[in-house]
Amino acid sequence: MVKQVEQLDRVVIRFAGDSGDGMQLTGDRFTQETATFGNDLSTLPNFPAEIRAPAGTLPGVSSFQLHFADHAVLTPGDRPDVLVAMNPAALRANVADLRAGGILVVDSHDFTRRNLARAGYEHDPLEGDDLAAFQVHAIDLTGLATGAVEGFGLSRKDASRTKNMFALGLLSWMYGRPVEGTIEHVQNRFASKPDVAAANIASFRAGWAFGETTESFAVSYEVAPAPMPAGRYRNITGNLALAYGIVAAGQLSGLPVFLGAYPITPASDVLHELSRHKSFGVTTFQAEDEIAGVGAALGAAYGGHLAFSSTSGPGVALKSETIGLAVMLEVPLVVVDVQRGGPSTGLPTKTEQADLLQAMFGRNGEAPVPIVAPSSPADCFDAASEAARIAVTHRTPVMLLSDGYLANGSEPWRVPDVDALPRIDPRFADGPNTPEGFAPYARDPETLARPWAPPGVAGLEHRIGGIEKADLSGDISYDPENHDLMVRTRQAKVDAVAASIPPTEVDDPTGDARILMLGWGSTKGPIAAGVRLARAEGTPVAQAHVRHLNPLPPDLGDVLRRYERVVVPEMNLGQLALLLRARYLVDVRGYDKVRGMPFVSDELAQVIAEHALDLVRQDERTDSKERA
Amino acid sequence: MTSTDLPMPVLARDGLAGVPTTDAEQSRKEFASDQEVRWCPGCGDYAVLAAVQGFLPELGLRRENICFVSGIGCSSRFPYYLDTYGLHSIHGRAPAIATGLATARPDLSVWVVTGDGDALSIGGNHLVHALRRNVNLTILLFNNRIYGLTKGQYSPTSEIGLVTKSTPMGSVDTPFNPVSLALGAEATFVARTVDSDRKHLTAVLREAAAHRGASLVEIYQNCPIFNDGAFDAVKDADQREEAVIPLVHGEPIRFGAGGRHGVVRSASGGVEVVDVPDDADDAWLARLLVHDAHADDPTQAFALSRLTDAGHLQRAPIGIFRQVERPTYDDLTRQQVETAIGTSGPGDLQSLVDGPDTWTVG
Ligand code: SF4
Repeated sequence: MVKQVEQLDRVVIRFAGDSGDGMQLTGDRFTQETATFGNDLSTLPNFPAEIRAPAGTLPGVSSFQLHFADHAVLTPGDRPDVLVAMNPAALRANVADLRAGGILVVDSHDFTRRNLARAGYEHDPLEGDDLAAFQVHAIDLTGLATGAVEGFGLSRKDASRTKNMFALGLLSWMYGRPVEGTIEHVQNRFASKPDVAAANIASFRAGWAFGETTESFAVSYEVAPAPMPAGRYRNITGNLALAYGIVAAGQLSGLPVFLGAYPITPASDVLHELSRHKSFGVTTFQAEDEIAGVGAALGAAYGGHLAFSSTSGPGVALKSETIGLAVMLEVPLVVVDVQRGGPSTGLPTKTEQADLLQAMFGRNGEAPVPIVAPSSPADCFDAASEAARIAVTHRTPVMLLSDGYLANGSEPWRVPDVDALPRIDPRFADGPNTPEGFAPYARDPETLARPWAPPGVAGLEHRIGGIEKADLSGDISYDPENHDLMVRTRQAKVDAVAASIPPTEVDDPTGDARILMLGWGSTKGPIAAGVRLARAEGTPVAQAHVRHLNPLPPDLGDVLRRYERVVVPEMNLGQLALLLRARYLVDVRGYDKVRGMPFVSDELAQVIAEHALDLVRQDERTDSKERA
Repeated sequence: MTSTDLPMPVLARDGLAGVPTTDAEQSRKEFASDQEVRWCPGCGDYAVLAAVQGFLPELGLRRENICFVSGIGCSSRFPYYLDTYGLHSIHGRAPAIATGLATARPDLSVWVVTGDGDALSIGGNHLVHALRRNVNLTILLFNNRIYGLTKGQYSPTSEIGLVTKSTPMGSVDTPFNPVSLALGAEATFVARTVDSDRKHLTAVLREAAAHRGASLVEIYQNCPIFNDGAFDAVKDADQREEAVIPLVHGEPIRFGAGGRHGVVRSASGGVEVVDVPDDADDAWLARLLVHDAHADDPTQAFALSRLTDAGHLQRAPIGIFRQVERPTYDDLTRQQVETAIGTSGPGDLQSLVDGPDTWTVG
């Protein structure tokens, strides 16, 4: 049968099923196929905090969303065009997001009375008009998969577990994805169980063939590769890129890396990943608690290692006293905060940006620390080594603010040529720095950084600690004038980081925008998508993004003042907006949402439209006043 | 002043292996920093400082390869008075910070100076985990059974009923026995000594420094300002003979005038103090417990630790309770790094970032 092929410029697919259904794996494989094919893409996994909530229930639903296109992709997509639901609960939890007219592939196998009830359905939604707005393909995926792997000697349960591969095969056919990578992946994954590997591949192929041969699918789709800058690419998640950035920083500085960490969602993957890279001279220490994690890192930093401590918001709260000590000791240390919904335990598996003020001010006394925030999963690589550069060059603890969305989301990454990456120079103290001998708190005139003098060098023996230190000598000092001087000097040292921050890039193609959309961290993609929509509707709007939150870029005040309206969308209640208003006396407007999910582009386009309208009304009022 | 003699150790004493040594003659004075010592007059900390300054030259280590890390409290000022590297950190966190330092730097001799409040209250978690991991650290726990620096509140080793500023009607907290705690935390070296017994203190320091792994040395330290006389029973020349139960590896445990008390196994499975009859024959004396600090099983060491008075101190075992070998956390951790490099060669950053699934555009 000849099937029709339809051209599309972009598609958003969401795979949803039980936590045990392998939806993350299915999504990952589809993503990899898509990446290999050459589309630009962005992904967002969404899983419950519970490891295995009861099967078939709403809390147990796990999903993976992928947005791919023939052009630059900025977000994982607002609403799916295609929903693959592996059971009634997955359908119920996700169908409201599916756009009208979207494709719904449902595994009808589990639509029994019991399972429907467990998902909270009073009647079967596959019967009746509930789903009339969608193109519904209710297929017994489990039954078909089980049939396809008959003869591989699998138990009934194991046979039915290949249903995700069947679904993956079907979707791979539907969008013309290359399949070799998946087949190879399955072979490697089950290398020790060739039967299981063969069964999964059979199920995957059966899914493809099902799409190709049955009449239920009349159309397949084509999304052409996206033009991307030349280079070698791979798909990467934020946490992986962050861990690689840490390894790279060690290599670029020539220092052994030390990570002190305590397991915490969504930062644990950084610990897991780094623990696999000991051959790079990386030491990982799984501490007894968050405090010991950063304490050991501080000890290693004092000993001359490039030290990191990774955590999430609650962990930062516990680490704050040690970060304060690092401020006093002025040793390099990077604290990674993969932010999640708060306060307290909050929403451990959901994203938020509400730790900015904690990073900024969450310590006793005047304890400034530089803050760097990556803006996309791949950017976590550069942001990690940038944080390390600041820490080492300026002898200071640095906060690196990632978040759950960046951590687990993925995008194509143009792999850097590592030889071209900027080196980091540790410049250890190697001898006396004043005619009178070694002064541990004498400073570099430009950066105000003090010497980094790990133990082991004769003649530099010195004692330092958390008590206020006399300028130069570092001896204990309770002198009021000295304390005032030291507090101001530590602040000036952090402020001096600004000299190495590149100018703010403002995207204002027509040059006549009145509105500036300003973001930080993971909102860059969603804001850009909102800006794109607004521009398509004819509203000129500019966009800029802040990567260095402390100190802020030296030119930021000028940039803000160039626009009549500055709007800052944040996944908090206006933390950057507060800092900007205080710092620049600019009437920054916030747009704040804390739903544990990234912004969707529609709503941001709407926000832009409202502000544009507001400005027009303002003009009208001024006009009529002038006329009067 | 008599002192308890320690036998020659039978264990591998490589606690300082990897730390560069010097042939140059070192003096006590070289280890004193230029800072004015600021403890109260008569504080037991002075005696410990003098003992440590006097002992360090004996190690023959390069001064720049010694680092003292402390927490917060009177005793935690210790690093400022030694001309080595020193880090005065945060309340309770010294063992954690020292764990990072010792793991990162096998060429350093790392010491932790802490007190009963610092190590057992706010920092209890770090202490037990440093001991359990057996990080190569020498931990000096100055126990004065009181908070000194904050001016006299009861501490986790204060006896029940102690009247302090924060317990005007007497403390109702059951105190910790630091030695019992350390043994329960799988410590490989646990000892107790007394600030004023310079000879014994030095002998214990010698063994502790030589031990590869975490050594916990509890030092009974008098605070004349807030808890004066807490340890008089074991310090006072007239009382000491009856109060100190000397632990000497390989020796029967006997004390008191003419050895009139001894320690034997009790019916309940622990140990107890009994009077040795004047006419005790060899068969009777064979019942006396022979101290075995090297036993793998810490049960007996724990039982001995329970002979310490929890209330006002009248009697306490002094000496090395436990001294056993176990691989250290820092050695094993460094070995894993070396093994990884040995098996797959030093990591190649380009191939790491490339990963297995790349594609090329253009
Ligand atoms: S308060 Fe007590 S422990 Fe502290 S310095 Fe004074 S005497 Fe020593």
